[in-house]
Amino acid sequence: MKKSVFFGTLAVAAMASGAVSAQSMLEQVQARGELLCGSNTGLVGFGAPDANGEWQGFDVAMCRAVAAAVLGDPNAVEFIPLTTTTRFTALASGEVDVLIRNTTWTFSRDVDLAFEFGGINYYDGQGFMVPRELGVSSAMELDGATVCIQTGTTTELNLADFFSSNNMSYEPVPIETNAEAQQQYLAGACDVYTTDTSGLAATRASFEDPGAHVILPEVVSKEPLGPVVRHGDNQWGDIVRWTLNGLISAEELGITSANVAELAAGTDVPEINRMLGSEGELGAMLGLENDWLVTVISSVGNYGEIFAQNIGEDTPVGLARGLNAQWTDGGLLYSPPFR
Amino acid sequence: MATLSDPPSEGFRLSQLLYDTRYRSMTIQVIAFMLIMAGLIWLANNTVQNLAALGKDFDFGFLTTRAGYDINQRLIEYSNDSTHGRAALVGILNTLLVAFVGCILATIFGLFAGVLRLSNNWIVSRLMGVYVEMFRNIPTLVWILIVFAIMTEAMPAPRDFRGEDAEAMMSLFGTVAITNRGVYIPSPVVGDGALILGLVFLASIIGIVFFRRFAKARQEATGEQLPVLWVSLGLLIVPSLVFYLILGRPITLQYPELTGFNFTGGVHLRNSFIALTLALALYTGAFIAENVRGGILAISKGQTEAAFSLGLQPGRTMQLVILPQALRVIIPPLISQYLNLTKNSSLALAVGYMDVRSTLGGITINQTGRELEGMLLLGLFYLITSLIISAAMNVYNNSVKLKER
Repeated sequence: MKKSVFFGTLAVAAMASGAVSAQSMLEQVQARGELLCGSNTGLVGFGAPDANGEWQGFDVAMCRAVAAAVLGDPNAVEFIPLTTTTRFTALASGEVDVLIRNTTWTFSRDVDLAFEFGGINYYDGQGFMVPRELGVSSAMELDGATVCIQTGTTTELNLADFFSSNNMSYEPVPIETNAEAQQQYLAGACDVYTTDTSGLAATRASFEDPGAHVILPEVVSKEPLGPVVRHGDNQWGDIVRWTLNGLISAEELGITSANVAELAAGTDVPEINRMLGSEGELGAMLGLENDWLVTVISSVGNYGEIFAQNIGEDTPVGLARGLNAQWTDGGLLYSPPFR
Repeated sequence: MATLSDPPSEGFRLSQLLYDTRYRSMTIQVIAFMLIMAGLIWLANNTVQNLAALGKDFDFGFLTTRAGYDINQRLIEYSNDSTHGRAALVGILNTLLVAFVGCILATIFGLFAGVLRLSNNWIVSRLMGVYVEMFRNIPTLVWILIVFAIMTEAMPAPRDFRGEDAEAMMSLFGTVAITNRGVYIPSPVVGDGALILGLVFLASIIGIVFFRRFAKARQEATGEQLPVLWVSLGLLIVPSLVFYLILGRPITLQYPELTGFNFTGGVHLRNSFIALTLALALYTGAFIAENVRGGILAISKGQTEAAFSLGLQPGRTMQLVILPQALRVIIPPLISQYLNLTKNSSLALAVGYMDVRSTLGGITINQTGRELEGMLLLGLFYLITSLIISAAMNVYNNSVKLKER
């Protein structure tokens, strides 16, 4: 009797644990009817709720694009705010389907943490912001400064490298979220705030007096930011990767939210026809509707539209395209062909 | 010839396991044990399977790799070239520092508040009541954040100290700088002859202990009271002071000075440390105050009256009669308050204090992706620390508890 109970329990246990993850990610998301998107806890321009509680921003638009591709509805997203320290655990444990939250693509995250980066949606680098009244004009003058830094980020490691390679000392003040960092920085509890320059610009834009703060010219690291998924479901990884590539290609080929419906009927450019589904079966190969990119672009626009709307030069964040221009314009955005 | 027949021996039947009271409890225990083991095996099995599915292994090798991040408050040598293991050790020491200072402060707060809450003075007792209820009924985390917010928002920045007519002044005759980055206090600088001074100081303390014993023996023998307090104070201060001057001031103070961005020199008590320690001490102190009050109330009023009728003054009554008896009631719950304080110190990350939860359980896990290993080590550390505290306090409890003769 003892043995039968024991083996019976074991068998049940084995079945229970074996039954996990029989469905593919795509089926899970479609069955749920909602995309769980890991997002920033609040970084204006990239991912933050607006005055009406609607999530807005550059990374948020990417989440909506994936939701539009998979579910046909850009609003079928639940945004799950994650701090820099909780994001990877949340993704690895399946709490979110995709993490789109200013996350730097590094070797160890890709390989050791067993994640898959779906390309790069923003080429960034780490910078420093100081109050103008300090009179500092270069990061090399920061010896002995107190530096506010978000813990659990690549910036934390870059900062240590930058200061030790230049034989300077500093006092790190570790902080969990961008909002806390902003509060500490404005209260003068630290002299310098360091994070990705895009994040600095976004943070500065939300200050009462943005002109009183300068972003120092030094960019001390490469920070390629992109959407992240777990290892283990390549189809899901492909969907995220090609949604991003679709947004980038759309800008390159001149497909915008305004003309996408018209172009979807068919054009004399074969790649546009393949992307928008009037020729070939590219959508079906991903397990999606054939006109998936039409839905995506008509609901969030192409890469350039998303950029201009959320963080471009006409917004308070005011970022220039810089490295994030199309390769044809001297930038680094270069989508593989849709073929 | 009568033969005594044995009672008919029945063979053991399986149903006896359930219906025979001799075996039933055994059966239930065996089944419960198997269920628990099956549950544990399921958990372990599930973990192994899921780790395998994620392509992760179980390895503590990350502790010997380069950490790469800096820690602001370190009690031992550490740089970003040190290992993750070393970073964890720095964090452990920071946790222990908060726990140690916090427990001492909490005991002082608790003892005073508990005794004073029983005061006959209406205002004093009500004030202590307000303190206890305020701190006991608002979560620790909120208190930590409140103290931290006050420290960072209300205090001047270091650059306000600059210039001829600076906005802020250093306190205590220009020796202490209270800024929104923490409090800078003078630090001792040890010179030649400091060792001799230390030995003299040690000798004075031993002298005080012996004098107290002598005074007590004398009082018990003759009833004569010696001025213990004044002699003790004299013994403590005079020889050390004399030697300090003879040896040519071997220990000097280094005062904090404003250079560049920050104050340098002296000891920097960071805001995060002050906020965490103070908030934890005040919070736990409120609970200890209630333990102390309960302990005192548990001593029958007759004891006080008896002491008064012998002519003891209220202070000495408390010190000699009530507290020694009350301690027996106070110590056991005090142990769990110390444990609470130690474990609550893991809220440190909220104010950016680099305790073991923030280094090993935060940054290291994040940079290496070793959640399971890191969290297990973290759990083990808190478990061991708590067990040690509880063992030490139990030793003390055994020394004060009622000895039955």
